[in-house]
Amino acid sequence: MSLSPAAATGMAPVLLIGIGNPSRGDDAIGPLAIERLEALGLPATELLTDYQLQVEHALDLIGRRVVVFIDAAASGTVPFSFKPVIPAANSSAITHALSPAAVLETFQRVSEAPLPDAFILAVRGYVFELGATLTCTAAANLDAALQMLISRLSAAYGGETGYGN
Amino acid sequence: MSSELETAANPARLRRVVIEPLSRVEGHGKVSILLDSNDHVRQVRLHIVEFRGFEKFIQGRPYWEIPVMVQRLCGICPVSHHLAAAKALDQVVGADRLTPTADKIRRLMHYGQILQSHALHFFHLSSPDLLFGFDSDVARRNIVGVAAEYPDIAKQGVLLRRFGQEVISVTAGKRVHGTGAIPGGVNKSVTRAERDELLKDVYQIIAWCRAAVQLARRLHLSNAGLYNSFGAFRSSLMSLVAPDGGMDLYHGTLRARDNTGKIIFDKVDYSRYWDYLTEEVKPWSYMKFPYIRSLGADAGWYKVGPLARVQNCDYIPTPFAEAERREFVDFGGGQLVHATLAYHWARMIELLFAAESIKELLHDDDILGDELAVTGEYRERGVGVIEAPRGTLIHHYRVNEDGQAVRANLIVSTTHNNQAMNEAIRHVAKRYLNGRKLTEGLLNHIEVAIRAFDPCLSCATHALGKMPFHVELIDAGGQCIDTLIKSSHERCP
Repeated sequence: MSLSPAAATGMAPVLLIGIGNPSRGDDAIGPLAIERLEALGLPATELLTDYQLQVEHALDLIGRRVVVFIDAAASGTVPFSFKPVIPAANSSAITHALSPAAVLETFQRVSEAPLPDAFILAVRGYVFELGATLTCTAAANLDAALQMLISRLSAAYGGETGYGN
Repeated sequence: MSSELETAANPARLRRVVIEPLSRVEGHGKVSILLDSNDHVRQVRLHIVEFRGFEKFIQGRPYWEIPVMVQRLCGICPVSHHLAAAKALDQVVGADRLTPTADKIRRLMHYGQILQSHALHFFHLSSPDLLFGFDSDVARRNIVGVAAEYPDIAKQGVLLRRFGQEVISVTAGKRVHGTGAIPGGVNKSVTRAERDELLKDVYQIIAWCRAAVQLARRLHLSNAGLYNSFGAFRSSLMSLVAPDGGMDLYHGTLRARDNTGKIIFDKVDYSRYWDYLTEEVKPWSYMKFPYIRSLGADAGWYKVGPLARVQNCDYIPTPFAEAERREFVDFGGGQLVHATLAYHWARMIELLFAAESIKELLHDDDILGDELAVTGEYRERGVGVIEAPRGTLIHHYRVNEDGQAVRANLIVSTTHNNQAMNEAIRHVAKRYLNGRKLTEGLLNHIEVAIRAFDPCLSCATHALGKMPFHVELIDAGGQCIDTLIKSSHERCP
């Protein structure tokens, strides 16, 4: 285990992290996105999924060129929003989860490796109860979001990562 | 033993302060404080929303799916639910004694979970309060502040957590959503390569854990007046212990002591826990209040978790942690330590115990074995109990003859500690808030008491859209007269 930039040797330059609980309706958007992306066999890309972000995810960022956090959003733009994210401390006092910005902040504090370009892909969801299934509207939002994501990654990083080849 | 601050005499005439980390979906904690016209505290209540809809979630599912499904109840300690469910279903499949390989791999997984959870709690959630002070500058009182001033602590916290996750990954198959434990055993053993990889780091991990205990101890001793009195209250305590009375966080029998340390019950087979424990419902709380049946609701509540476990066992079976336990017991001078902030010291002793246990298990060739599971006579009921990071966790299932789950009952650590957490914040409110103008620093004292217990807020989902931490001061007429938004420190008149 290491926090040094040398630990990045052999890391895929693109990291896509899907966040959410597969058993809570539209909260499954993050893990489902990763499942769908896995089937595409994207080049130079590592895919991760977890219920929520935590401090150790900072280690997953070492050696990356770009990272995208894919999560369900309870409010905001339909069908999705795609925005850059910059490091910022967590504002919550007793939660056990970190925001993407707080993961980047932790990364900056514990590692000397360069900060990757980071984005949040927030896909609009509607139902989040335990045991609920994905809604049709959220599924359609996810389709649109993934289409955009592949094309953006291809355009921006295709040359470096092999996207679009 | 119940506090006089549980219910005020004339609540309608009092001012209400609500501390509420609002959450979009479910599972949130809220503290409500009623003040009279002189700002004296008259009522304090902690409300935590418990797991909802779980019975429906598992009803009709085949029992062998349950250890995987229950991981979706909690995003912070899925492994504890995974193992508690597997232990309950061991009884269903008649696996009264697991193979040494299965038993030790499950233990390895469990101690990986304890290590990562305790590290997260101390290094990232509590250390800002403890290192900088409860009412220090809020802009600095966070993990970023810790990282700036104590860079090694922040890094060690991350690496300890990652090591715990690697242990989980090796034993459960994946970092998250693992499937390692199955009814009757496990579905994979550990390879030599996996074992050797973990062994490379484990001695460094133990060294960091030893330093963490020293830090927690030093913080306590350097300000013993504050640490001993802050949110302190006397109560009974309960945990699993090994058959010989030693600390065992994976399996054992139930033991409870009263607030003087006298045994209430011991060597209790947890598969009939309801003969010893029952729950009270209070109209103001969603969460039940468990108590020891023989003592009744008023006197029978208890605390669980690190502070209970370290003092309930007779010894810790690993050398460094046992030496630290003795120091802790000596500090109590023959009395039980009831200081809420001593949870942190006790938690770090358990962190060290977990690291040493991982080392011992990695050196045990049984984890490389291939006898993974056993079965016996099928039964329609199973109870599994484990000492999760926050305390005793009970899973209880009924299945039908076709193997479908028909009923489930879970008593999670936070429920066991419900009354204890309420007591802690009442003591803090009375001591620090009485008659004073409320500030963020003062209200943080309430949070510090809650954080010591590390409650699980059913935080199984964290989609974007969460609200910031929010405090409202509302007068008797229901009008908001003051608001404190923690993220930006905004106040409105």
